Amino acid sequence: MNTKHGRLLRAVTVSVVAALALAACGGSDGDKSSSSAGGAADVKAALKKGGTITVWAWEPTLTKVVKDFEAEHKNVTVKLVNAGTGNDQYTALQNAIKAGKGVPDVAQIEYYALPQFSLAKSVADVSSYGASGLDKTFTPGPWASVQQSGGIYGLPMDSGPMALFYNKTVFDKYKVAVPKTWDEYVDAARKIHAADPKAYIANDAGDAGFTTSLIWQAGGQPFKVDGDKVKIDLADAGSKRFADTWQKLLDEKLLAPTPSWSDGWYKGLAEGNIATLTIGAWMPANLESGVKAGAGKWRVAPMPQWEAGANATSENGGSSLAIPTASKNKALAYAFMDYATAGQGAQTRVDAGAFPATTKQISDPAFVDKKSAYFGGQEINKVLAASADDVVKGWSYLPFQVYANSIFNDTVGKAYVSKTKLADGLADWQKKSASYGDQQGFKVN
Amino acid sequence: MATTTALRPKQRERAANSFAKPRRSPLLTALTGLILLYSLVPLAWLVINATKSQEDLLSSFGLWFGDGFSLFSNIKDTFTYNDGIFLRWFANTLLYVVVGAGGATILAVMGGYALAKFGFPGKKAVFAVVLGAVAVPGTALAVPTFLMFSKMGLTDTPWAVIIPSLISPFGLYLMWTFATDAIPTELMEAAKVDGASELRTFFQVCLPMLAPGIVTVLLFSMVATWNNYFLPLIMLKDPDWYPLTVGLNSWSQQALTAGGDVIFNLVITGSLLTILPLIAAFLLLQRFWQSGLSAGSVKE
Repeated sequence: MNTKHGRLLRAVTVSVVAALALAACGGSDGDKSSSSAGGAADVKAALKKGGTITVWAWEPTLTKVVKDFEAEHKNVTVKLVNAGTGNDQYTALQNAIKAGKGVPDVAQIEYYALPQFSLAKSVADVSSYGASGLDKTFTPGPWASVQQSGGIYGLPMDSGPMALFYNKTVFDKYKVAVPKTWDEYVDAARKIHAADPKAYIANDAGDAGFTTSLIWQAGGQPFKVDGDKVKIDLADAGSKRFADTWQKLLDEKLLAPTPSWSDGWYKGLAEGNIATLTIGAWMPANLESGVKAGAGKWRVAPMPQWEAGANATSENGGSSLAIPTASKNKALAYAFMDYATAGQGAQTRVDAGAFPATTKQISDPAFVDKKSAYFGGQEINKVLAASADDVVKGWSYLPFQVYANSIFNDTVGKAYVSKTKLADGLADWQKKSASYGDQQGFKVN
Repeated sequence: MATTTALRPKQRERAANSFAKPRRSPLLTALTGLILLYSLVPLAWLVINATKSQEDLLSSFGLWFGDGFSLFSNIKDTFTYNDGIFLRWFANTLLYVVVGAGGATILAVMGGYALAKFGFPGKKAVFAVVLGAVAVPGTALAVPTFLMFSKMGLTDTPWAVIIPSLISPFGLYLMWTFATDAIPTELMEAAKVDGASELRTFFQVCLPMLAPGIVTVLLFSMVATWNNYFLPLIMLKDPDWYPLTVGLNSWSQQALTAGGDVIFNLVITGSLLTILPLIAAFLLLQRFWQSGLSAGSVKE
């Protein structure tokens, strides 16, 4: 990376509000950390010395991990803070970085959002602490997601290879076959909705993460990043494939207009009015705790394919742990992060229902052959682990994906509530994202 | 109904004095009824749904009871979930209300009294500033306040919530107008002639006359502090200092995330428990409040 290049990247920031402050401290902090980056020895020393670190994360399985870690290292205190989920947390994190006070030592950041933080040098490159030796520890998809131009900016905590979760009782009741391709999926949607006007094959009120995951599976690569050059093409073959098929579902009103994660969504899943979920492999724990009434009714099948007989999948969700550049105790922070993602914590979290990003856990017979009572005794992890192997390679998110996702509903989302076409919505999304990227110092398209 | 068929003497007199007898308007009755329903339905919903388990919540009709009656187990779970953090939030809210709203009331009473009863240069400017401050919603000031407090190192401490709550321009204005009418200046002069000091005049002569106004301001600032959401939301990151509003929201947000524990039933039960103290405060202070609102409206 030449210096002009580096300066440009540093100038790239996450939000309009934080722009100036981040660029200013990004420069000085970035230089400092690269000259005095700690090594594996520092991590050991920090553990011996002890101290207190603050972790911002919403992932509930971390509570147990923190307890275990503190029991193992008596002089270390980990303050686990739920500073909000997803976007709320990122906003809080950016505010704290801007104010220069109250920045946590470790923060949970989803894969789609990580490039935004790593490019602005808001999170530290942890390769020198020992992360560069973890190549074989993590599955390829999540491991690729935490890397950016030669640096490692976080450790993968979980992953979300996609699968089709379906309510078997609904499919049996209306004698509909479980779809293997997206065309069959559209047919199944028609049949289910015709049999019961209250029932839908799925809900979709416009969700950026879901849309990008389906484009990913369809072989689309709408976002290409090369340094500060960004290419956005939301009309490429994959995006088109998605838009054409989904347009049919929208035109015929075959999707429940319920936003995911709302109480109405949980209700629809419990009542059988939302018959399928094409979603990340972390979903089983959510169904078990959130939709108790669905016990025994749900099953998992491979993701429907764009071409019959293919076996392509994509990732949906999943998050990493990263160390903000402003953290004052990076070595100890890394010790915790390593324990939680690659060490004993990984097993603890998988036992509590998280989907592993580690090769050891994902290939463990105890994990793969586990029968799930909620899913009628099905060995669901076989399907989910296979999906992790079939993820289409070469996908990348925008370096300002958090912003792009935040305007999704004003652009693409219109197609879900009005007569706007999905393709037009995608074009509008592209235009607005590109102009934001230009303002942020990227050269878009 | 009762009032029209059996008018009390005074009302009959008034009715006779006006040129037409009071009429009942069906339209108005219907409208009032609608508004009553509109304000009571959410409360009824809250009470009914606090009796349901998480499972029942998703599978039963919203405005009627579910299969089981889980109110007591919900209450128990609300208080014990997450090592009993709900109780801690309750205590935090009480602290913010007692110190914040209580302090705001004391400052408003003293300031209002001084502005009403003493003349000094620049009073008109103060008047303009106070009136202007009433027009600025606290929410608009939250972000600048956050930046200022973070420079002072006060964010993530209870002070970040208490100090801004101490300032109540509306309360000050209310006390000012109230004191102007409620305390006859002659009475203060009489007290001084009798040898009472300025402080004694305030505490023993004027304060009792201000009681209805004080209760009004206290109620207003109590409700404002109890319901305060945005300010603590941006000031506090440590759940140990959350008030109930922010805490309950963080519970509700758990449903929004992968691997999150969905506890809508505890959120609803917690919300019900949260409004109980406010209802109690209203019922207890209501009498003072009503007399406070009507004081000064009749010239004797």
